[in-house]
Amino acid sequence: MDEALLRSLTPSVLTVLVRRGADFAAAEDAVQDALVEALRVWPADPPRDAKGWLVTVAWRKFLDATRSDLARRRREDRVEEEPAPGPSSSSDDTLQLYFLCAHPSLTPASAVALTLRAVGGLTTRQIAEAYLVPEATMAQRISRAKRTVSRVRFDRPGDVATVLRVLYLVFNEGYSGDVDLAAEAIRLTRQLAAAIDHPEVAGLLALMLLHHARRAARTASDGSLVPLAEQDRGRWDTASIAEGVVILQTALARDRLGEFQAQAAIAALHADAPTAGETDWVQIVEWYDELARLTDSPVVRLNRAVAVGEADGPRAGLAALAAVDSSLPRHTAVAAYLHERDGDLATAARLYAEAARLAPNLAERDHLTRQAARLNAGRGR
Amino acid sequence: MAKYLLLKHYRGAPAAVNDVPMDRWTPEEISAHIQYMRDFAERLEKTGEYVDGQALAPEGSWVRYDGEGRPPVTDGPFAETKDLIAGWMIIDVDSHERAVELAGELSAAPGAGGKPIHEWLEVRPFLAASPTTTDECHP
Repeated sequence: MDEALLRSLTPSVLTVLVRRGADFAAAEDAVQDALVEALRVWPADPPRDAKGWLVTVAWRKFLDATRSDLARRRREDRVEEEPAPGPSSSSDDTLQLYFLCAHPSLTPASAVALTLRAVGGLTTRQIAEAYLVPEATMAQRISRAKRTVSRVRFDRPGDVATVLRVLYLVFNEGYSGDVDLAAEAIRLTRQLAAAIDHPEVAGLLALMLLHHARRAARTASDGSLVPLAEQDRGRWDTASIAEGVVILQTALARDRLGEFQAQAAIAALHADAPTAGETDWVQIVEWYDELARLTDSPVVRLNRAVAVGEADGPRAGLAALAAVDSSLPRHTAVAAYLHERDGDLATAARLYAEAARLAPNLAERDHLTRQAARLNAGRGR
Repeated sequence: MAKYLLLKHYRGAPAAVNDVPMDRWTPEEISAHIQYMRDFAERLEKTGEYVDGQALAPEGSWVRYDGEGRPPVTDGPFAETKDLIAGWMIIDVDSHERAVELAGELSAAPGAGGKPIHEWLEVRPFLAASPTTTDECHP
């Protein structure tokens, strides 16, 4: 039973139903029913044409669900209004589904859930587990999202930036439950990159691959955070890094820089260094300057201050930091680090402790608390 | 999305505006209060923002390890001065503003005289479990 195959077929089956005039929400339900049926039937009786089988069964499920005369008449009217379906590749179909699921009328949380379900083919339970909410809550979130996009016409291309934002949200969610959302985000971004020729799609894919390549080294066996400089570079996934770098270089060669490409370039420079000490911080600062031009984001300026501290020394880093809004998350952590490098251990310890109090997640809080404790040890209580 | 814990207090929160002990309400007022909270939870499930909610009994004890081979110490029922949690609800929302908005709504549950209690609710963000991808960006 090839679940990956099933999931990869989901978006194009869904699109066929919608093209035949099925309402998006009803079509999505019918496809889910067909997937359940496939899981039941295929192990004993595998079909020759998997997609054809799914389309047939899903269409039958859809007809079953909307069998009243009224519903049929409405559907037939709608099919008549639709232009005749022309030849189109399944990758184009999938692309439209991406745009629909990331539609700006949806909240980010709904867009993420709908993308995972309709494009990714995950079950509601898997998505609920990944986001640690009850299945009933996730089911409602998805059905509201489906109702919202059912009113959206399925005919014009959407905004690539919105789709990329949704995929990056999925990637950053990490994983819990039985689905690795980072791997899932990479799979979906790969699909998108195959369907659309856009340097920022390539940039995001490269960025995800480069980050993901370091995942095994990022946490110790006890779950604690390992900072970049202390990571065992032997545990980085060199194949992913190589792939990410090639994808990035191809994208950069087209000279249409965007923020994902710039971020990926920074990640690539880190991945390229054989040791932390050999990191090309000067070039990293240059990329942060590009990023700041593209986004004008205070987070970018904060990260730039760290890079400046490495390239030109902690005093220069602190000067760059002084220009960044101090209420920003991680501002205090960066200040602590730069003060420690500058030799002011008492200030660094105090700031680490304060940064721990402000940390947005457990791993970071524990890490920063340890940094404060390390500096305080031996200084008396 | 981020998760928030909304805490209701028996004791320990600042006094509510409509501060009448529940045993002085009419049975209908109590039913209306409970129904309000039930409807609230149901509505949040429909918007995809509900995670969990439970009520807690007012009785509880402090418990402490008392050394190898000895039973834990308890100090008996809570003294009058201790904070006392009455119940919680966990929500999963898009922003801190939304969490505050929902807590405000929950605080408007009807009490004595059918008027909103205006009780104080505690709103606490969850610490996320997983770090994000920005490991090269912070020390």
